[in-house]
Amino acid sequence: MESLRIPILKIGDILIASIQVALHDASAVQFKDDLLQKIHASRTRGVIIDLTALDVVDSFIGRLIADIAAMAGLMGTRVVLTGLQPAVAITLVELGLELPRVITALNLEKGLSVLQRLTEERGDGAV
Amino acid sequence: MGQSKSAVIRSDLDIVIARTLARDTAKALGFGPIDQARIATAVSELARNIYLYAGSGTVIVRELEKGGRKGIEIVCEDQGPGIANIDLVMQDGYTTSRGMGMGLPGARRLMDDFSIQSQQGVGTTIVCRKWRH
Repeated sequence: MESLRIPILKIGDILIASIQVALHDASAVQFKDDLLQKIHASRTRGVIIDLTALDVVDSFIGRLIADIAAMAGLMGTRVVLTGLQPAVAITLVELGLELPRVITALNLEKGLSVLQRLTEERGDGAV
Repeated sequence: MGQSKSAVIRSDLDIVIARTLARDTAKALGFGPIDQARIATAVSELARNIYLYAGSGTVIVRELEKGGRKGIEIVCEDQGPGIANIDLVMQDGYTTSRGMGMGLPGARRLMDDFSIQSQQGVGTTIVCRKWRH
């Protein structure tokens, strides 16, 4: 099975991944592995995962995103989730998945300034 | 009884196919974007349950009309091991090692009606519906 790779872009010391297509489970797990590897390899301070284009986030993807944020946090990198559609926010909460420990921002621009603030406060981005 | 379409669940790719089928049907029936997301998410949870616990099964998406009111019915069937204790799996947070513990109760909250029939060693059928408001 051909695995679909999510492009992860590096801008300065920040990584940006914009998920544009519906992820099946295997490609979502691949994304997690790719992102954590890239965080390690590029010594990044912060990551933005943009979900503007996703119209469904089920418990599997929701949990995976929470895991990525926790794992990146252990590595000293902050993750900000941006662009959740209203319908996605509603279904996640109704599903019982409120992602309480994931930092979010309305859009990519606000996400960048949140990330800047978070990493500047700590100097090196370490948690 | 209105039109129905079905998706066979054999792999994680089929989960995406099933939920896309449900979303497209919901959209064609005139459900708004938030209900479309609820329906697609519920189908995603139920189809994943089939894939994880039964290995394979079928998701049937059916158009409903009753007294001028339109709705959608999702039937998920598998010939898997069945559910020993339905009350237990409907509890929030209950999970076996492979699950997330929110599939069934989460899907129930997203839909209007929800029923499970299951017999150990025979299989499980879940029927859920959502009506247009």
